[in-house]
Amino acid sequence: MPLTALAEGESAQFRLDGELTIFHAAELKDVLLAALGEGGGPPLTIDLSGVDELDTAGVQLLLLAKREAARHGRALAYSGHSPAVISVLELLDLAGTLGDPVLIPNASR
Amino acid sequence: MDMDNARDALVQEARELLAAMEMALMQIEAEGASSEAINAIFRAAHTIKGSAGLFAFERIVSFTHVAESVLDKVRNGSLPLDTNLLSLLLECGDYIGELVEAIAARREEEEPDPVKRGRLELSLNALLGVTAAAHPAVHAMGAAADTAQIEVDDGSAVSSDNWHLSLRFSPDVLRNGMDPLSFLRYLGTIGRIVHIVTLPDALPDARVMDPEACYLGFEVDFASDADRQTIEGVFEFVREDSEIRILPPHGKIAEYIGLIQSLAEPAGRLGEILVKGGALTPSELDNVLAQQAAEPVPAKPLGTLLVEQDKVPQAVVAAALTKQKQGEEKRTQEQKFIKVEVSKLDALIDLVGELVIAGAAANLVAHREKHARFEEATQGISSLVEQIRDAALTLRMVPIGEVFQRFPRVVRDISRELGKEIQLLVTGADTELDKSMVEKLSDPLMHIVRNAMDHGIESKEARVMAGKAVEGTLRLNAYHESGSIVIEVSDDGRGLDRDRILAKAIERGLVSAEQQLSDGEIYRLIFEPGFSTAEQVTNLSGRGVGMDVVKKNIESLRGEVEIVSRQGQGTTVRIRLPLTLAIIDGFQVMVGDSQFVIPLELVIECIDISSHDMRHNIVKLRGEPLPFVRLRELFDLPEAEHVRESLVVVQYGQQRAGLVVDKLLGEFQAVIKPLGLLFGEVKGISGSTILGDGRVALILDVPHLVQRTMRANVAQLAHQHHITG
Repeated sequence: MPLTALAEGESAQFRLDGELTIFHAAELKDVLLAALGEGGGPPLTIDLSGVDELDTAGVQLLLLAKREAARHGRALAYSGHSPAVISVLELLDLAGTLGDPVLIPNASR
Repeated sequence: MDMDNARDALVQEARELLAAMEMALMQIEAEGASSEAINAIFRAAHTIKGSAGLFAFERIVSFTHVAESVLDKVRNGSLPLDTNLLSLLLECGDYIGELVEAIAARREEEEPDPVKRGRLELSLNALLGVTAAAHPAVHAMGAAADTAQIEVDDGSAVSSDNWHLSLRFSPDVLRNGMDPLSFLRYLGTIGRIVHIVTLPDALPDARVMDPEACYLGFEVDFASDADRQTIEGVFEFVREDSEIRILPPHGKIAEYIGLIQSLAEPAGRLGEILVKGGALTPSELDNVLAQQAAEPVPAKPLGTLLVEQDKVPQAVVAAALTKQKQGEEKRTQEQKFIKVEVSKLDALIDLVGELVIAGAAANLVAHREKHARFEEATQGISSLVEQIRDAALTLRMVPIGEVFQRFPRVVRDISRELGKEIQLLVTGADTELDKSMVEKLSDPLMHIVRNAMDHGIESKEARVMAGKAVEGTLRLNAYHESGSIVIEVSDDGRGLDRDRILAKAIERGLVSAEQQLSDGEIYRLIFEPGFSTAEQVTNLSGRGVGMDVVKKNIESLRGEVEIVSRQGQGTTVRIRLPLTLAIIDGFQVMVGDSQFVIPLELVIECIDISSHDMRHNIVKLRGEPLPFVRLRELFDLPEAEHVRESLVVVQYGQQRAGLVVDKLLGEFQAVIKPLGLLFGEVKGISGSTILGDGRVALILDVPHLVQRTMRANVAQLAHQHHITG
């Protein structure tokens, strides 16, 4: 479950690939928090287009990262939501909570 | 899906996972630990535990749980994965395998080997720092729920038409292999989620947040005609540890009060959620909050009241199981593969065989009728039949890696037993062959591998003396070659002792002392029944199975075994098998009135021999001598007049030979029908097939014919030499 750094500078860009599930949750929590850093820093974008599976553990991590970022006063946005991610966000009605622009086909609301 | 099917699926899945686990462990042993391999092991144990938990197979759950705890420590780096631990984990895998087999045999109530289990658990617990061997079971399924008291309440009902579900899963739910998302998705199949709120409130501070615990809560407004039992059944597997509250449509106000009181979230927040989802109207909420304030004593936890003690219908259990497994199955490539019963596949291939024969018959009729459009049509059908045939046959093809994958473990265990250092190199594992052969190959290969390790590869001391690397090498290789699949087992050991084998064979009267034999022929003697050159019968050999059984097994697959050996440098056992067992592309020939089929892949060319010099059963072809045999003589067919004989050159392995026939009829798809018992022993024929006109043609056993021709040739040359010399 790699978190790949795409670019540093004005905005830090990362990309998540593969399974965002309990099997990688422990590993991923550490790298996510490391990517967030101790506060400050340029806005962070995490590209989710490569995520082909997402479970509850993954959702929690997305929420956690978002909350931590807010706490540190750093902007964190998720982008490029893959179909797997969209289907879960739709199921849990979380698109609003995560607050990123998501293209949801046939939005449930 | 009934329970038996689900159980079979569990057993099947567990076997595959255990194989994957073993493979990962062997990989770690060979290449060092990688997080990927460790994750694979963990995942296997975890998934097996999860699935077993669904069926309340306590023995497997509790055992796997301890193993998983150790694996967890390995995974987070607090426990080094050394050789001892690897061995222990391999043994644990074996024991889980025994437990799985017990389930397969419907004997899950018995402990297969309590002593072994005790020993393994002791070792595992020692690693965990637990002294007491007893470990509580993780799941306590079917435990009696608290005696529910029915609360009589005459409060008014709410107006909502929807169910309201309040879901707070146990923190362990993810670790137990279940994903709340699956339950929510499943709800969608028995009704409609009108409104859902995901509550992240319980998500703790980042530092203490356990990424494998479940913190999310869900408030769901759910429109469904399903009854309460069905809805509750969805949560059957998590109800014990989780707080699942289900309020029916038009539920009592009091129930909502209970709900709000029993949940951790602030009442106002929950109230908002309930209103927003339509479970309560704003005025109902006011009512609830007012009543709640007026009632200082908290109501009984609603969960207790609502717990249904009735057994959930089997259909629901199975459905929920399917749902729960979905996530796992995705990972085990369910989307790339589907499982098909072997008998269904066989039936399909039989039918395709009949289609091929019927197609040939139609072709024949079209040809005789000399009806152009009819012929054109049958040709179109023929080409489709050919494609269907090929596609159907590939359905049965599997990579030989399926056979090879058990050998790393075998080599590891045997080399320990023998005190030798042996590394295994596997190549060509993706070479495909017929599934039915895979099963029959396993035992002969195992025997050859054992033999190579036991007799072939020398002891460490002997290797050092011989100036070789201490570590012996065993190679498994597979590849395709001219219509056959070749499997090689090679070692870099001492090689076969030619003189010793010969002496033994003479002593046993298998050959006479005067006979001149090639090396290959001498090595082939070890396939004679009861032949053993081992100086002493060791633990491994001498188990009553000889190389003769290996040979018989291979021959029953229409294959053959060959041995290449160099003294002091090693031995290679080469198994050559036909690619398929069912349908072949054949080349049809005629001798007199009899028709024969030669597997097309083995045919090199056809030659008009009238202009060739053919003496002593050898024809000179482009400067090279080629031995040949006349099928007429071979099968004792009557002499025919005015025939222009043709020579069909065939090749098997590295050897070529010619077959002389009267007439070449051309290519033809042949469905191989086995010969009856009566003809099973006839040499030179490997099967029969039915022609379009209903007549029977024999399929020639080319490997046998090539060998026979070569041998006759050698004997003749020797004879000639004798006369002239």
